[in-house]
Amino acid sequence: METMANAHVESHDHPHGWRRYLYSTNHKDIGTMYLVFALIGGLIGGILSIGMRLELMHPGLQFFHGAHMFNVFTTAHGLIMIFFMVMPAMIGGFGNWMIPLMIGAPDMAFPRMNNISFWLLPASFALLLISLFVEGEPGAPGVAAGWTIYAPLSTTGHPGPAVDFAILSLHLAGASSILGAINFITTIFNMRAPGMTLHKMPLFVWSQLVTVFLILLAMPVLAGAITMLLTDRNFGTTFFSPGGGGDPLLFQHLFWFFGHPEVYILIVPGFGIVSQIVATFSKKPVFGYLGMAYAMVAIGGIGFVVWAHHMYTVGMSTAAQAYFVVATMVIAVPTGVKIFSWIATMWGGSLEFKTPMLWAMGFIFLFTVGGVTGVVLANAGIDRSLQDTYYVVAHFHYVLSLGAVFTIFAGWYYWFPKMTGYMYSETIGKLHFWLTFIGVNIVFFPQHFLGLAGMPRRIADYPDAFAGWNLVSSLGSYLSGFGALMFFFGVAQAFMRKVRAADNPWGAGATTLEWTLPSPPPFHQYNELPLIK
Amino acid sequence: MPLLKLLNAVGMTLLAILIGAGSADAGLGQPSPWQLGLQQSVTPVMDNITWFHDFLLYIITAIAGFVLVLLVVVMVRFNARANPIPSRTTHNTLLEVAWTIVPIMILLVIAVPSFKLLFYQLNLPSAELTVKATGKQWYWSYTYPDNGNFEFDSLMLREADRQKIQPEPPRLLGVDNEMVVPVNKTVHVLTTGADVIHAFTVPSFGIKIDAIPGRINETWFKATREGVYYGQCSELCGKDHAFMPIAVRVVSEQAFAAWIEDAKKKFAARDPEAQTLVAAAQPSGR
Repeated sequence: METMANAHVESHDHPHGWRRYLYSTNHKDIGTMYLVFALIGGLIGGILSIGMRLELMHPGLQFFHGAHMFNVFTTAHGLIMIFFMVMPAMIGGFGNWMIPLMIGAPDMAFPRMNNISFWLLPASFALLLISLFVEGEPGAPGVAAGWTIYAPLSTTGHPGPAVDFAILSLHLAGASSILGAINFITTIFNMRAPGMTLHKMPLFVWSQLVTVFLILLAMPVLAGAITMLLTDRNFGTTFFSPGGGGDPLLFQHLFWFFGHPEVYILIVPGFGIVSQIVATFSKKPVFGYLGMAYAMVAIGGIGFVVWAHHMYTVGMSTAAQAYFVVATMVIAVPTGVKIFSWIATMWGGSLEFKTPMLWAMGFIFLFTVGGVTGVVLANAGIDRSLQDTYYVVAHFHYVLSLGAVFTIFAGWYYWFPKMTGYMYSETIGKLHFWLTFIGVNIVFFPQHFLGLAGMPRRIADYPDAFAGWNLVSSLGSYLSGFGALMFFFGVAQAFMRKVRAADNPWGAGATTLEWTLPSPPPFHQYNELPLIK
Repeated sequence: MPLLKLLNAVGMTLLAILIGAGSADAGLGQPSPWQLGLQQSVTPVMDNITWFHDFLLYIITAIAGFVLVLLVVVMVRFNARANPIPSRTTHNTLLEVAWTIVPIMILLVIAVPSFKLLFYQLNLPSAELTVKATGKQWYWSYTYPDNGNFEFDSLMLREADRQKIQPEPPRLLGVDNEMVVPVNKTVHVLTTGADVIHAFTVPSFGIKIDAIPGRINETWFKATREGVYYGQCSELCGKDHAFMPIAVRVVSEQAFAAWIEDAKKKFAARDPEAQTLVAAAQPSGR
């Protein structure tokens, strides 16, 4: 009798089979689903980018018989990497997994809403994939308007339903993020263990708090902008159509008001991950904790008032351009504080160069490189020459592929033992790091030269003079692709080897609460809340 | 420290190569193979942009180099074998103030020439010639309102046609009808879009301005050397975005006057509607 009663209680508490995942209200399982989803998104987004680099390897059109499909690849690559790789990995994945563990909470504030936040994403991705198979531009499938989907190219320029599917996809992804933001904010504000004041919580949790506030305030603006696009396309409104009294620039302002905070959404969680890892592998607390926390707040806040630096060539007034130049350059100050604080954390430390630390240190240097080209672009006078060239592509890939992605891999290797209970192979991890580090630098550094020389973005074929650096860039992409394969091999190998990981494989430097739990943690943790001194 | 001096020397050499090679190798009015830097300038605005870029390149190389040096020092001095006991230092007020104030100073130093350049670009000197460029899918139309308002289309040359011309215009840059302007005259370029957003640019002139439906934008240049200068549409505008180049031929005043007389007859005589139909029927790509 008692055994049956216990088993009954257990099944409510810990579902099994497909119900465990479809109906999950467990932050760890949901975090795992987000990470698996992000792996799939990254794989697809990465294959698209290899496709583009294959085409760009030589002048002329070799693989795409028209440029339209190339532009569809460009668009899909951007949307997938942003909405179905970086955000699910950093926020849905690591955020869900680690926030409750780090603040001493048994789960998120709204475990059931957490479920729909995740499951909205496969639905969103499905809509985007459908868009690839229905008409976009006349007589051709898919959205070929770039991830920025400017009107009128995305309205009158794409008469078919592809853009409508993309808009609906973004609505679902946006809803997923906004609900997640509500969940994270409530959890972080209300469910910290006794004694953990805001100024005692780990910097990773701070980074997630800042990020989700950005999501809460920026995503609705995207929703508004794309809804207006939808009504312009289908219900006779003319928000962006001059013929009806509208203005294409209105879309750009709305989009970038979302778009600029979005890029901080993509990197700020990475800042948090790097802080945890640098402290752990230096065996020292992070230098200047309050400076680090409030630098993230400053970056996030100022990030809301710089959007038009994406629009310097639209014909904006001198005063407006001057303002955005100043505001944009200001962000360099808190960002510099972070870079120097990470170095100061390492200074005097006792450094161990395990795989997570390699990724974190690689990030610190490469993000600086990407950041300084951002300072160049912030100056409207020179952006005049560089807008819509490969210099911009180089800049944002340095801060994303060599910034955000490096932090994702850093977090992956750091927390993989905790999440799975298995130790990854250091050899394969380091090999993955070096292949990727060398590869992505070969892809993107020459793109600065291409941009300075005048090569525009979003073109499938280019004047012959650009052939040299394009060849180099493409070769780098194949090396990076090989690095990605090494990563997947390493993951498989770790699950096959089944080398058990300790509760804390990283030693005295790992001081946050997740390392006090078993690897992997039990289905439910902190039935008794830890006391923080 | 000898290591630092060596790194500094390497850095400076690299920088000199980058800056030097940037301009030396650049062809005139079009990119050159393996080009590292901006295209060669033929306007005072582009001179300023080129100077400003070199200035910024020094600063950002120094900053990135500085961070790299610090990281290398940290790896060498504070690895676990070299430094088994970690310190517990988490604050240093002087350092924190310095790394806030110094970047602010650097940004101020950048801001001064930055604004000079910006105001130079955006305060338009009075026009000696005005040309209107209308971006269309997928070609440009140029109108000369000062000279009787004739208009003509400028389409990318198809491969077969391009190879017939001597000297051969560059692939994807050569057009059938170039925009012609006189040398050493201030030219205003007005842009608008006929269908979707396009962007008009000539890298050698240091200009780029979007061509937006329902809006007239304006920029200016003063070309100081005769020649042909190319640019490419710089806002994604559909399937042939890569195939609607801009070509500006800068000629002497006399040659310009002669061309105007020819153009008035040649382009005014053409039926504008038939012109557009012919242009729209052009196959894309090569």
